[in-house]
Amino acid sequence: MSILTALELIPLIGAFIVGFLPNSSSKLIKQVSIAISLLVTAVSILMAVRFDSATPGFQFVESRAWIPSFNINYAVGVDGIALVLILLTTILVPIVFLAGWNESEGGRWSVKTFYVLLLVLESMMIGVFAATDVFLFYVIFEAMLVPVYFLIGGYGVGERAAAAIKFLLYSLFGGLLMLAAVIGIYIISTNQGGGTFDVTGLSKLTIDHPTQNWLFLGFFIAFAIKAPLWPFHTWLPSAAKSATAGTSTLLLGVLDKVGTYGMIRFCMTLFPDATKTFTPVIITLAVISILYGAFLAIGQKDINSLIAFTSISHFGFITLGIFAMTSQGLTGATFYMVNHGFSTAALFLTAGWMVHRRKSATISDFGGLQRVTPILAWSFFIAGMSALALPGLSSFVSEFLVLVGSFTKYPVAAIFGTFGIVLAALYVLIVVQRALHGEAKPGNEALSDLNLREKIAIAPVILILVVAGFFPKPIINLINPATATVMSHAGVSDPIAKAGK
Amino acid sequence: MLTAPHLNYALLAPILIVLGGALVGVLAEAFLSKALRAKAQLPIALITLAAAFVQLIRIRNERSIIAAVTSVSIDGAGIFLQGTVLVLAFIGILLIADTDNFTAQASAIPGSTEENLSIQAGKQQSEVFPLTLFAISGMMLFPIATDLITLFVALEVLSLPLYLLAGLSRRRRLLSQEAALKYFLLGAYSSAFFLFGAAFLYGFSGSLSLYGIADAIHGSGGNDLFLLIGLLFLSVGLLFKVGAVPFHSWTPDVYQGAPTPITGFMAACTKVAAFGATLRIFYVAFYAAQWSWKPIIATIAVLTMAFGAIAALAQRDVKRTLAYSSITHAGFLLLGVMALSKSGLSASLFYLVAYGFATLGAFGIVTLVRDSAGEVTDINRWVGLGKKSPLVASAFALFLLSFGGVPLTSGFIGKFSIFSAAYESGNIYLVVVGVLSSAIALFFYLRIVLMMFFAEPTSDTVSVIIPSALTRIAITICAAMTLLLGVFPSFLLDITKTFAGFLS
Repeated sequence: MSILTALELIPLIGAFIVGFLPNSSSKLIKQVSIAISLLVTAVSILMAVRFDSATPGFQFVESRAWIPSFNINYAVGVDGIALVLILLTTILVPIVFLAGWNESEGGRWSVKTFYVLLLVLESMMIGVFAATDVFLFYVIFEAMLVPVYFLIGGYGVGERAAAAIKFLLYSLFGGLLMLAAVIGIYIISTNQGGGTFDVTGLSKLTIDHPTQNWLFLGFFIAFAIKAPLWPFHTWLPSAAKSATAGTSTLLLGVLDKVGTYGMIRFCMTLFPDATKTFTPVIITLAVISILYGAFLAIGQKDINSLIAFTSISHFGFITLGIFAMTSQGLTGATFYMVNHGFSTAALFLTAGWMVHRRKSATISDFGGLQRVTPILAWSFFIAGMSALALPGLSSFVSEFLVLVGSFTKYPVAAIFGTFGIVLAALYVLIVVQRALHGEAKPGNEALSDLNLREKIAIAPVILILVVAGFFPKPIINLINPATATVMSHAGVSDPIAKAGK
Repeated sequence: MLTAPHLNYALLAPILIVLGGALVGVLAEAFLSKALRAKAQLPIALITLAAAFVQLIRIRNERSIIAAVTSVSIDGAGIFLQGTVLVLAFIGILLIADTDNFTAQASAIPGSTEENLSIQAGKQQSEVFPLTLFAISGMMLFPIATDLITLFVALEVLSLPLYLLAGLSRRRRLLSQEAALKYFLLGAYSSAFFLFGAAFLYGFSGSLSLYGIADAIHGSGGNDLFLLIGLLFLSVGLLFKVGAVPFHSWTPDVYQGAPTPITGFMAACTKVAAFGATLRIFYVAFYAAQWSWKPIIATIAVLTMAFGAIAALAQRDVKRTLAYSSITHAGFLLLGVMALSKSGLSASLFYLVAYGFATLGAFGIVTLVRDSAGEVTDINRWVGLGKKSPLVASAFALFLLSFGGVPLTSGFIGKFSIFSAAYESGNIYLVVVGVLSSAIALFFYLRIVLMMFFAEPTSDTVSVIIPSALTRIAITICAAMTLLLGVFPSFLLDITKTFAGFLS
């Protein structure tokens, strides 16, 4: 059994155990859940240590027949890209558990259900990044929506039911388009000798241009909805507004990364020619996302919607980096996914605490938090600085790589993207100024600062943002060989400056 | 001088056993006392079905087209379909066993003194069991019949008891009788169309046998106009039974009016039988005439998938919603007919099993949700069911997700295999329409899930009665199969692959 399978099984078994705990002892349920998620973290770190970044291709592979009639296998394996995203997942989950200690209390259902759903979700999130069988990936990609649907609808706030169904319908619609494409590529592989869903095997097919374009679109739209890219983003703000801080963290921090991850793993690898055909369109959409998300973020009154729109902007950067198809762009984009995961986590969690204390998510209700709750305010400030990619924090490294990587090929897009940075400074500083600075507004005077549990939860996130900002090399080294493989698969290489330039 | 035809009784035994059981049931109804009758009918029906299934297992490797001269074909797909009908009918009988759903005396006029008297006397007729067995025998003959007369007889044998069964509801009897009458009248029309088509096909080929028709199409000696007319009218009869647009209009009314366990039985088993026969006719007899019917069936498939999904959006009644959903599924199954390949056939077989279990389970749950006046089928009153009885609501959600084709449920594997088969056969546009209809259909499935789980129960919310042991068993089996076929579908996929074949 591969260590990856173990990683998927631990939370699943944990969910079973939690399921059998008595409903009344909610403290025990939380402690057991945290213990399980920490075990997962430990195992995943062990895996990262044993990962050999010099070896190209997938590692820790395991393949078992699942549905032999269609040659569907339970096949898992990780390369550097998948590995860092799995690490992101396994590190964020215990933090979310710890940070959202009370989130499960106000829900429609019991505390137990909340943790069972989250543990099942963790197992699926690991599985979706580990899957090397397209069918397996698709199944988890879709099934993953069900726990999130119940998490938003059952434990969220405000118009949670509407937000949940909007989220689910958008995602399932994208998923169905992808299903058609998955079937398509399977039939093509059958016609070319031996039907398979293995991603490496599929990447060797020869597919004619028009078919490739359609199949590419099937995959891409599903991923663009997930990511989300403008104009497929409209489900995100309402979901982020209604979900609990922990759910939002996992939703934007990890789940949405499946979209951008899928673009690299499936769109680029399986349909290299179609990728080149659509690149100009996608780059345009990415730039629009960057600017649109940033502009709308400036105007938001609700703190969670603000974070959602900043994410749309950031996903624009990631997509730009991916489809620039340079090694810097691709590595930067992958690193960006990790950083965005942590920095969004920091934002959502600190914002969640602010909202929980103030009982309001409206930005103008806050004010002067710096005086009343200095540690909370500082945490939010650092999270905000990470969102605007301040040098010294890890997001700066990735944003820089993305812009450099795309400038060499698409200078205009990169220049427009740079405006995104300026706007980011604007939307972050405006909210920092309104919420944190000045005199404490009425209603804010008696707010309590972070307690020990919350401090323990936020500390590792900030630590990672800072350490990876000064010392990004280990992560970059993990990612680099994988992006090189992807690029050689897609048949692209870095542009070389012409002589004399 | 006439010689008696040679019959291979062993191969026909499954049908004969069911017919025999039905006759025993009739005798029991006539001669046993009231108390004994109520106890005896259920075991008779269940044992009959079990015995027929055992016999079917014993002959599973037999292949013959001369079991009854050349009227039936014992082949892989035929045996599989018969087995499916038996298994689903067994579960259906478990639901029907809750006789509380059926009128005490069907012959009494609704609201008459006679009816009231029989209710007060606590009389409960149980003709529903033998009637169901008769219908099952027809459903078993329909998918293996290979000549047009046998097909017609089987069609009538399966339909006539269903017309009666649809009118047996204890509550809302007028609605139930209206449904029965509608079903009967439209069913009679469709039978007439079927016969009309059969006559033209005989005129075209000079043969009533499917093989004879296939040969005549190959020989191209006949009158193509006759072939076209015959094909068209025969298809109308079949498409009526499967509930394809534009011959679907009876479906919502009958599904709504019929007693819910009967609706479940009918929706699951009739679909298996009717699609079995449709597949056989198109795969065996009309294979060589693809050019003439493929565009028609393709159009009907598109209309059926899209219309079912769109019309369901406007429904406020659970049973009607499920009826429209069954129409959409009929459209998906037509993709299996269009595929005209081994993988298309095996996908259709899988789909029928998956759909059958989910359908029986869903209707089984509808029988449980009641208020003082009986079943409550208004969706708006299912609000908050998830809070009141989480288990029932979760099971219903599972069946809905399976209808919607969400991964890890049987419906997804069914959809995947049938779409794959359609794609493989080159009908890519049908796959695209199928995918889009699924997306629309998902909306109304999820709306019900949403209402059950994400809304607070209102004061007039209904209650869920404690299910009888048999109903509980039936629903549990259906839920377990829906999950099992979603997560580990291999065993059934292997079976369908082995059995997917018509003798021609």
